[in-house]
Amino acid sequence: MQDLIRKYKDVIGGGLILLIGTGVVYKGSTYKFGQLGNMGPGFFPVALGALLLVLGFVILLQASRAAPVIDAPRLPAEWRGWICIVVGLLAFAFIGARFGLVPATVAVVAISAFGDRKARLKTVVILTAAMVFIAVVVFWWALKLQLPLLRWG
Amino acid sequence: MGQALIDLWYGFGVALEPQNLVWSFFGVIVGNLIGVLPGTGPLSAMAMLLPLTYTMHPVTAILMLSGIFYGSMYGGAIGAILLNLPCHSPHAVTCLDGYPLTRQGKGGTALGIAMISSFFAASFGIIVMIFASPLLVDIAYQLTPADIFSIMLFGLLAGATMAKGSAVKGVAMTTLGLFLGVVGTDINSGVQRFTFGMVELGDQISLVALALGLFGVAEFLRSVNRMDDVSSGIKVRLRDMRPSRAELKQSFFPMIRGTLIGTLFGAIPGTGPTITTFLAYALERRITKTPERFGHGALEGVASPEASSHAKTQVDFIPTMTIGIPGDPVMALLLGALIIQGIQPGPRLFAQHADIFWGLVASFWVGNVLLMILNVPMIGLWVKLLRVPYRYLFPSALFFIATGVYSTNNRLFEVEEALVFGVIGAIFAALEFPIAPIVLGFVLGPMVEENFRRALLLSRGDLGVFVERPLCAIVIGLSVLLLLGQILYHLRKSGEKKSEMLAPVSEP
Repeated sequence: MQDLIRKYKDVIGGGLILLIGTGVVYKGSTYKFGQLGNMGPGFFPVALGALLLVLGFVILLQASRAAPVIDAPRLPAEWRGWICIVVGLLAFAFIGARFGLVPATVAVVAISAFGDRKARLKTVVILTAAMVFIAVVVFWWALKLQLPLLRWG
Repeated sequence: MGQALIDLWYGFGVALEPQNLVWSFFGVIVGNLIGVLPGTGPLSAMAMLLPLTYTMHPVTAILMLSGIFYGSMYGGAIGAILLNLPCHSPHAVTCLDGYPLTRQGKGGTALGIAMISSFFAASFGIIVMIFASPLLVDIAYQLTPADIFSIMLFGLLAGATMAKGSAVKGVAMTTLGLFLGVVGTDINSGVQRFTFGMVELGDQISLVALALGLFGVAEFLRSVNRMDDVSSGIKVRLRDMRPSRAELKQSFFPMIRGTLIGTLFGAIPGTGPTITTFLAYALERRITKTPERFGHGALEGVASPEASSHAKTQVDFIPTMTIGIPGDPVMALLLGALIIQGIQPGPRLFAQHADIFWGLVASFWVGNVLLMILNVPMIGLWVKLLRVPYRYLFPSALFFIATGVYSTNNRLFEVEEALVFGVIGAIFAALEFPIAPIVLGFVLGPMVEENFRRALLLSRGDLGVFVERPLCAIVIGLSVLLLLGQILYHLRKSGEKKSEMLAPVSEP
């Protein structure tokens, strides 16, 4: 899978642009199109979608002509880091809405910190505590962030 | 001319107001700090601190943001010269000769030269800005929607094609950005477009969420566990930073040439600072009598690119402020910040918010002086900062991003928006698409659509409106030339590649 991505970056990229273009044209055509002299809300997005389609094709075409890149350094997938960052941010939004700023801060800092392979429990706890302090003093107290510090439900 | 000086005097009054000065100072320090940290450049620095500005007076806000911008530019030079880390792409060129100088024990001198060149170039750019802006405002008042559309088109095309990497991919990312600008309520008809029933998307995608997603979250996704901790025992002392007279003489003309290149490119919207620095470097290497020194610690290779990038940035402010067309993504972000404050940059800004414009101009000088003073004693601290392990850096930065995005509109939904753009940005970056044009397209998107629709409404659907007026026709012509040039260049390159592949391999 990794090798495939490395060799066919442009194929995947072009395909992705084509996919986005198709989606934009499809959804855009549900809005009123209008004419050049009196454009509806659908005109501009459909035009952009069509342009994306053209560009996607060009990228695909170039990819099929270019030689595959082999000498690029191989980067292994970094699932641990990726998952921790994504889950950390999701947790901030989810927990922030229900339990307030302090639990949300703990969630985003602690979860994402464990995404690093060198993370140790002690340093993560210290880092989290430092960020909670900043959250309370700088954001909540000084900058009057609208999120309550703690709440239930 | 006299009027410009009176206005400037007034501007200094604004910039030196205690509150403005303090925030300017804060912006410069924090910008410098974030600029030095690995993996973060002016865009992430500005995006991260943008939420701080909502409660500020617009003048203060913009002064602080430009302070951040300068600070991070200087900070980037420090990383490039001392540690060979191009945290921000324009500084990639500075690494070529700056780092060899450090290895020869002349890192301090290189830093000193970089600072002097930047300061000189920025000052020159400010002077150009003072005298050219009023002229451009007069022109800006006469621009029709068709003119504005064509200038934006040219800027977007130039931004997309002249960046590093594939031009087609750049255009694709710009188009994606334009499309993202469409999401939300259509101002002409009130129709909700591409919101998929999400109320939160009704008034546009949040610029802060987009920028922090693309430049913050995406960057961390890409470098988590891949960033080596930097270790360096470099010590830079104050007296090392003062270049000798011979060194000053050696870098004087490169500095002037770099400044002029930067100024010239600043006048062309869309050309990023990276291409400018590369050109400045290439020019130095071409005209020198000893090109073999380049890459092994030539001071000219530090002076000229640094000067060009600072002059370019300075001159970039002119179209951003007078016409409301940002030249590059950083300017787009600044423009977005002004729009959030309820101020639409353009010719009217000049008349209605003279304090913003002239305050900004004056604060550039104040900010640059602050930087010179700050950087000298604090350089040791910055070097230490470069060594903050990544494992502490990114969790804290993610927290700042999350709270920053939330505070924009007090909506946690926007944190999720930032996450989505972070993933999108990381995927496209991994596929070697340039990311910055998305922001340029996003900020310009609504303006492009509005002016396109208005131009054709006025002409009753006649596309000829884009070639009727001379200015418009010239700009459209330039865009076409740019496109043709890119296509030709590409065809020739792929032709060469083919012949290379067919040719028998004779060289070892």
